[in-house]
Amino acid sequence: MAPIFDIRNITKEFANHKALDDVSFVVPENSIFGLLGPNGAGKTTLIRLINQITGPDSGELLFHSRPLVRKDIENIGYLPEERGLYKKMKVGEQALYLARLKGLSKFDAQTKLKFWFDKFDISPWWNKKVEELSKGMQQKIQFIVTVLHEPELLIFDEPFSGFDPINVNLLKDEILQLRNNGATIIFSTHNMASVEELCDHIALIDNSRKILDGKVKDIRDNYKDNVYEVAYRNLKVDIKGLLNGDCSIINSGQKDDNQLVSIRVKDKSGPNELISRLLPHMEIHSINEILPTMNDIFISSVEENKNRTV
Amino acid sequence: MNKIGLIITREYLTRVKKRSFIIMTIIGPILMAAIFIVPVYIAQIEGEMKVIGVIDETGLFVNKFTSGDQISFINVDEPLEEAKTDMDKNGFYAILHIPRSDLNVPESAIIYSSGQPNIIVKGVIKNTMRKEVELLKLNASGLDPNVLKSIRTSINLLTIKINKEGYEEKTSTELSMAVGMISGFLIYIFIFMYGAQVMRGVIEEKTSRIIEVIISSVKPFQLMMGKIVGVAMVGLTQFILWIIATLILVSTFMAIFSDDISIQEMSQMKMQSNGIMQEDVLNHDGEPDGINQSAMAIFESIQSINFGLVLGSFLFFFIGGYLLYGALFAAIGSAVDGETDTQQFMIPITVPLILSIALAQFIIQDPDGPVAFWLSIFPLTSPVIMMVRIPFGVPYLDLILAIAMLILGFLGTTWLAAKIYRTGILMYGKKINYQELWKWIRYK
Repeated sequence: MAPIFDIRNITKEFANHKALDDVSFVVPENSIFGLLGPNGAGKTTLIRLINQITGPDSGELLFHSRPLVRKDIENIGYLPEERGLYKKMKVGEQALYLARLKGLSKFDAQTKLKFWFDKFDISPWWNKKVEELSKGMQQKIQFIVTVLHEPELLIFDEPFSGFDPINVNLLKDEILQLRNNGATIIFSTHNMASVEELCDHIALIDNSRKILDGKVKDIRDNYKDNVYEVAYRNLKVDIKGLLNGDCSIINSGQKDDNQLVSIRVKDKSGPNELISRLLPHMEIHSINEILPTMNDIFISSVEENKNRTV
Repeated sequence: MNKIGLIITREYLTRVKKRSFIIMTIIGPILMAAIFIVPVYIAQIEGEMKVIGVIDETGLFVNKFTSGDQISFINVDEPLEEAKTDMDKNGFYAILHIPRSDLNVPESAIIYSSGQPNIIVKGVIKNTMRKEVELLKLNASGLDPNVLKSIRTSINLLTIKINKEGYEEKTSTELSMAVGMISGFLIYIFIFMYGAQVMRGVIEEKTSRIIEVIISSVKPFQLMMGKIVGVAMVGLTQFILWIIATLILVSTFMAIFSDDISIQEMSQMKMQSNGIMQEDVLNHDGEPDGINQSAMAIFESIQSINFGLVLGSFLFFFIGGYLLYGALFAAIGSAVDGETDTQQFMIPITVPLILSIALAQFIIQDPDGPVAFWLSIFPLTSPVIMMVRIPFGVPYLDLILAIAMLILGFLGTTWLAAKIYRTGILMYGKKINYQELWKWIRYK
């Protein structure tokens, strides 16, 4: 798919420290793109560059294959990690103001706000002051304001912080819905489980450099270790004796009525060899390939990068 | 509507709708009207007759004290001690005792009263006695009082300014001083009050964390300017409402009381409230002509001040000065995490402002001197100092220079402030010092 956003050799320096060092990647259109990295890696700087809050020292930002222009911010919705609202202002008034700052006409803003307020069942809040609302309620308003102008590109920085599990699910559904309706979402978070659940692509930034990017599926395949988990019935079998020297047992245990064992196959021969060795001696109930979690990949990549730079 | 317009509208409406704005708008004119009305009103109610018993042991002043609207004199034949005890019973405000003297003419007297006798009573007594004694002395020396009267001269120093075209106009230094000080002071107050509002607004956006949401829609500079302009409009609205309401209050008051107060009395009242009416005025032989003359002179010199110029430059320096400082206040707001941290950065802003209002009284004494000139050109002091100078008449070259410098200064501070602002608003939890600010200014 064509990239909606193309980041090319971006470098950004503050006083004495490089926030971004020659970072390049593409964000495919109509995908959910995870922007990952430890604290202080340069994610927020990158997001601020995309939002034109600051400009790069060198490199290019291409939106739909052409250089980013000021007008494009009306096609971007941004939910910052540090977010808030005017506390003394009424909810409706404030939502209208923020929507109009994004370029919506007063009438359009009103119509769309009415739709979203009805959808989230929060119409009675319209004339309340923001300070009267709970944190979770404020986050809902903030989400509405971010997506209201129906931007092509949405950037969510830690969107789930401050939400309870019910509202997290509501929000996830909304994000998936937005993607299905054609939007592209850049999603920055430390919550790796939600990355696995939602993201199609990721880029991992550490210490101001991009160290990993691509499709989530491809990355997990790349990092896979040829580990298979075999579930079998309780039989007295010496599994070690059945395996040849290319295989090793990593883990074993029990779940319900089944014995579990995790075996790493050394060559890339796949599971068939393993099955044929085990099958004559036991009752196999399932065999699954264990893919590394994004959490593991994140940690090992960052560790690896640290060793490389040291 | 474009975005900066939206920002200005929001900044304006949220402030104008605040309860504190409405309360200030109502209280302000009442206070200002009180300044005009109270002295007049007090003068009205103080019209109670004060009766003074006179014990004249010399016999020289019998019937010389003339009773007026507010003070009347009654000769008392009792001995002093009895008169003192009977003071309340007889309804006397005070007892004037003129003791017999060894000299030919008495030169002292004593007032006994229950409270501190007021200055007008004292003035009238002293004045009457002085005139009487002078007359006695004149007679004793054989001089004709009329000769002396013709010799006595009152110097009326009329100041006339001649401009390059040779056109002459009468001026009044006192009036120029008043106009200059008042307008300078108004600018000073306006800059402080509304500059601080800009600063607080920026801090509010920063601490409520809405700032990043907004600057992903508009440029930081637009937000900063929108806020400065919006707050300026709030200030102008308030001032205009105050002036209108004050005028209405004062003119209503005048309409109600105009039957009782003649114009001459009014001008007297005004002079009293201005503190001009000291003993000197009372000593001025009480001739009514004197007051009329000075009133005429004031009217003439009022016409001499070029009010079009004063008003025009007032508006310019009022707005220009505010914009210049407003940008700096915004920069301070952006650099700190809360209002308590603002102190260290406030000093460089408040010093020139306070200095200019403190120096204004010296500038007034020498409005064309070198100090006055330089301070009225320097953009940080010019809004106040130039306004102080203008009523005295300022060379057009100076004025144009000051205006140009203020515009340049405004552009300069705004440029500087914008650089600090766009970095500062996104900076949290960092202790900011001047070195840090300098770093921000140098960012590309």
